[in-house]
Amino acid sequence: MGLKLQQSQHQHHSVAVKVNEQTGTKRGYTFIQANRAWLPKFLLLWVMVMAFLSTWIYKKMDADIKVRRKEVLSSMCDERARMLQDQFSVSVNHVHALAILISTFHYYKNPSAIDQETFAEYTARTAFERPLLSGVAYAERVVHSERGEFEKQHGWTIKTMQREPSPVRDEYAPVILSQETVSYIESLDMMSGEEDRENILRARATGKAVLTSPFRLLGSHHLGVVLTFPVYKSKLPTRPTVEERIEATAGYLGGAFDVESLVENLLGQLAGKQAILVNVYDITNSSDHLIMYGHQNQDGDLALLYESKLDFGDPFRKHTMICRYQQKAPTSWTALTTAFLFFVICLLVGYILYGAAIHIVKVEDDFHEMQELKVRAEAADVAKSQFLATVSHEIRTPMNGILGMLALLLDTDLSSTQRDYAQTAQVCGKALIALINEVLDRAKIEAGKLEMETVPFDLRSILDDVLSLFSEKSRNKGVELAVFVSDKVPEMVMGDPGRFRQIITNLVGNSVKFTERGHIFVKVHLAENTKPVVDAKVETCLNGGSDGGVPISDAHQFKTLSGYEAADERNGWDSFKHLVSYEESRYDASINMTVPGETSQSVTLMVSVEDTGIGIPLIAQDRVFMPFMQADSSTSRNYGGTGIGLSITKCLVELMGGHISFVSRPQVGSTFTFTADFGRCKKASFNDTKKSNTEDLPSSFRGLKAIVVDRKPVRAAVTRYHLKRLGMLAEVAGSVKIAASACGKNGSSCGSKIQPDIILVEKDLWLSVEDGGLSLRMLDWKQNGHAFKLPKMVLLATNITNVELEKAKAAGFVDTVIMKPMRASMVAACLQQVLGIGNKKQAGKDVQNGSLRSLLCGKKILVVDDNMVNRRVAAGALKKFGAAVECAESGKVALKLLQIPHSFDACFMDIQMPEMDGFEATRQIRMMESQANEQMNGGGIDKGFTRKGEWHVPILAMTADVIHATYDECLKCGMDGYVSKPFEEENLYQAVTKFFKV
Amino acid sequence: MLGLAADRLRADMNRLLAFLFHQGILDEQFLQLQQLQDESSPNFVSEVVNIYFHESEKLLRSLRSLLMDREFSDYNKMGIHLNQFMGSSSSIGANRIRNVCVAFRAASEQNNRAGCLRALELLEHEYCFLKNKLHELFQIEQQRVLAAGVRYPMQNI
Repeated sequence: MGLKLQQSQHQHHSVAVKVNEQTGTKRGYTFIQANRAWLPKFLLLWVMVMAFLSTWIYKKMDADIKVRRKEVLSSMCDERARMLQDQFSVSVNHVHALAILISTFHYYKNPSAIDQETFAEYTARTAFERPLLSGVAYAERVVHSERGEFEKQHGWTIKTMQREPSPVRDEYAPVILSQETVSYIESLDMMSGEEDRENILRARATGKAVLTSPFRLLGSHHLGVVLTFPVYKSKLPTRPTVEERIEATAGYLGGAFDVESLVENLLGQLAGKQAILVNVYDITNSSDHLIMYGHQNQDGDLALLYESKLDFGDPFRKHTMICRYQQKAPTSWTALTTAFLFFVICLLVGYILYGAAIHIVKVEDDFHEMQELKVRAEAADVAKSQFLATVSHEIRTPMNGILGMLALLLDTDLSSTQRDYAQTAQVCGKALIALINEVLDRAKIEAGKLEMETVPFDLRSILDDVLSLFSEKSRNKGVELAVFVSDKVPEMVMGDPGRFRQIITNLVGNSVKFTERGHIFVKVHLAENTKPVVDAKVETCLNGGSDGGVPISDAHQFKTLSGYEAADERNGWDSFKHLVSYEESRYDASINMTVPGETSQSVTLMVSVEDTGIGIPLIAQDRVFMPFMQADSSTSRNYGGTGIGLSITKCLVELMGGHISFVSRPQVGSTFTFTADFGRCKKASFNDTKKSNTEDLPSSFRGLKAIVVDRKPVRAAVTRYHLKRLGMLAEVAGSVKIAASACGKNGSSCGSKIQPDIILVEKDLWLSVEDGGLSLRMLDWKQNGHAFKLPKMVLLATNITNVELEKAKAAGFVDTVIMKPMRASMVAACLQQVLGIGNKKQAGKDVQNGSLRSLLCGKKILVVDDNMVNRRVAAGALKKFGAAVECAESGKVALKLLQIPHSFDACFMDIQMPEMDGFEATRQIRMMESQANEQMNGGGIDKGFTRKGEWHVPILAMTADVIHATYDECLKCGMDGYVSKPFEEENLYQAVTKFFKV
Repeated sequence: MLGLAADRLRADMNRLLAFLFHQGILDEQFLQLQQLQDESSPNFVSEVVNIYFHESEKLLRSLRSLLMDREFSDYNKMGIHLNQFMGSSSSIGANRIRNVCVAFRAASEQNNRAGCLRALELLEHEYCFLKNKLHELFQIEQQRVLAAGVRYPMQNI
């Protein structure tokens, strides 16, 4: 008890440890899981990076666009500048040509070939050549000394620009020839205008065309520049100095460029004039740019401008053209949209990833939680089974005490009443233990821990046993209880006898509980036989049941075992007969032939349990197999029980690979039918195990002949089945008369095939016949003079009163009465009594005790236990069975003693010991053994050991703990089994038989 | 007369045993122990029980010294002792002592010193009681054996 408690404590602890381990190892630290706290930060970072990236993209695209814009601007600007320059230079060239014309025709010719009229006409006609010039005029150089003469010659005075007579100067440059468009400047002194004067001076010094800075032109309000060419009187030397030039100057040809309108004109010819703004500046004075064209204050795109140089041929003057876009650069929607879309997509991608990560984290969390819960549930399950085991153990222990004391009590001298009470108490206690076992079974099945054994067993003897269990009850109720096993069912089958017995017990127990009259009939046959049976049923129905052999005296009676109606007609004689006869014919036909199907490994049996009880109410029929359900609550009041039996039965049947079903009619009865798979038994193993597992039926009846007198064919078949098992030949007779006549006939023909040794008469049949008649027959018989052997008369009865018994004895059934239900062994015992065949039997307990003694006798056994008292007790118990016992007080000592070679046959090992526990010790012993075995095998020399095989000392654990897990652990570390402590005889026997062969 | 005495002694013994069972002092394991006693080992029970007493006294002594220790902390060792005590008690069927041991061990597992002391007192008390009763039982048995021993030879002769 103490040990066990600690063990369970330990187990609990280990469960907890396991939980920790599992959670520890299974918590897979994935990357996402590990960085779960960082996830939002990752998302934020991602968004920021993406925002940055998209901005960058935007900027890049925008810059590209700007560059392109700039290129466009520059190309446009250059184009304009070039055009302007070209046009300008064309005009300048023409003016140059004009200057040469004047010098040629005005000065070289004498008299002058050009006068105002000619000049005007010529210039007017060649004006198309100078589109940029509004007009040209020629001014002559006049020094002051020549002024008077000049004025006289031309007939007008030299005027200043302000149209006043010119004041006195060194020099004058009055216009003498002019184009019509500028005729208003004739006679004006060009030297009087500041710009013109400067221009004139520069022109004659350089000899090239020079330009003025822009100014408002006379006569128009446009900005313009004046182009001035010097005209020389004589041909100049090749490299003239400035003085020479001034000396040679005859006059100046000038033209006004109306730059504004000209540029306007020019730009108008070009495409895209609206797109850009053009300004032309005179930048001779770098600090003060003079505008030649365009507005100074414009609202164009100030950010971007392009400057192209203009060269109008005057090295002194510098001009430039500045272009800019009319409109500010439009926001680049493409770039903006691209960047924005990129950002949005990235945002979505980021969010999706984030969502996925969050989901993964959540799922993993859930998974871990579930895993934890699962582990806990499993732990709870283990705890539950431990609890069940513990509780059942706890209940069993005091129950064992009660039962032990009751057994003790029964050994004392008791009055019969006291004995009865004590026996009742004992029976109740046993029932309680059975119930506890049942509950435990249920729990085990639920946990899937129930394992089916496969051992050979005798089905028939188990059925007999079960029936004998209920015989008392059924006899008291007057219910007939019978079993029939088809001949085709193998004698030994492989399966779990305990579980099979449990199923049958449950079903029969139920039937007995709910049946007050009629019969309970257990029938076993091969499942493959059902089909012909069904066919047969149809056939007999067609035949109309014309059966000569069986007289039906009572029309009310059904052809069942007891004559009561059964729920399932298939069990009636109509089909049953067919089964029997089918078997018989088969049996006859195949006596020397292997029965088909025998070769197959498994055999499916169909077992039906038929009763004529109260039946199951229709509403309750579908929940019959649910645990703790009874038909209704009144059932448990009336009949008791927990309602767990059928559900266990169902589970067991399913574990045996079959299924269970039932037919039930209220107030008529129920028939439960189930199938189960069993293995066929090998003939060889069959003989070995037969002894231990089945009660031996005496063979002394072989060949005896019997007549069964019974009107009810089913019952007769059952009786015949039992007789057959004893090896007897049985005939069925419908009535005493027939039997008697059969005997008589045979008697007269003396020594023919049937000379019955026994006549078995059913009680109710006998009661219905006048006793006189029967006795007369008997007397007849005796007088017929069969002196050598009279058949013994046996009465078969379910229950019999004393009066009837007397009557029976008087009527000639001196021999015996066989009480139903019949069992082969019981029938055998009765017949032994009748026939006087002796057979001494031993009591079961002695047999076992004896065999335990025979198993252990002379064996040398090592008991290892640290507890001296326990050691002594174990040693005492083993010594009692004749074993030589040696003790060791610790695992180490045991190891020393078990050094190979040693002479121990077995070792009983306590599990809980200080220093080295039983598991550890066993492990070491096994290690030692395997080393020794290896050496032995390696050496190949049998060193004279008597053992034929390898070293393997059977080690049995001694434990107070009955939990399955402990057993598993025992096996795991190499133990062969375990016995509970303190020793119980049966337990010890079971454990020891496994490896001690007698 | 002597035969009668033997019978009376047997009845006394049974009564005493019944009392012990009734009080839950012993359980069926003691009966098993008695069953192990036969001609080959006539004093088996008393032998085992004496070993038990011997061991138990040692255990009780060490338990007490462990508990009396001022800075006492070795609950583990106490648990081992208690396990041994429990094992041997259940082997001879000293049910009540075993139950006290269970309680004792529970207290020791909770490091409940007061509980341990209480349990120890109880254990010592139960132990004394059992010892007395068993001594009584053995005395009766000895007398009975003596009485029977006197009687049987007479019968045989």
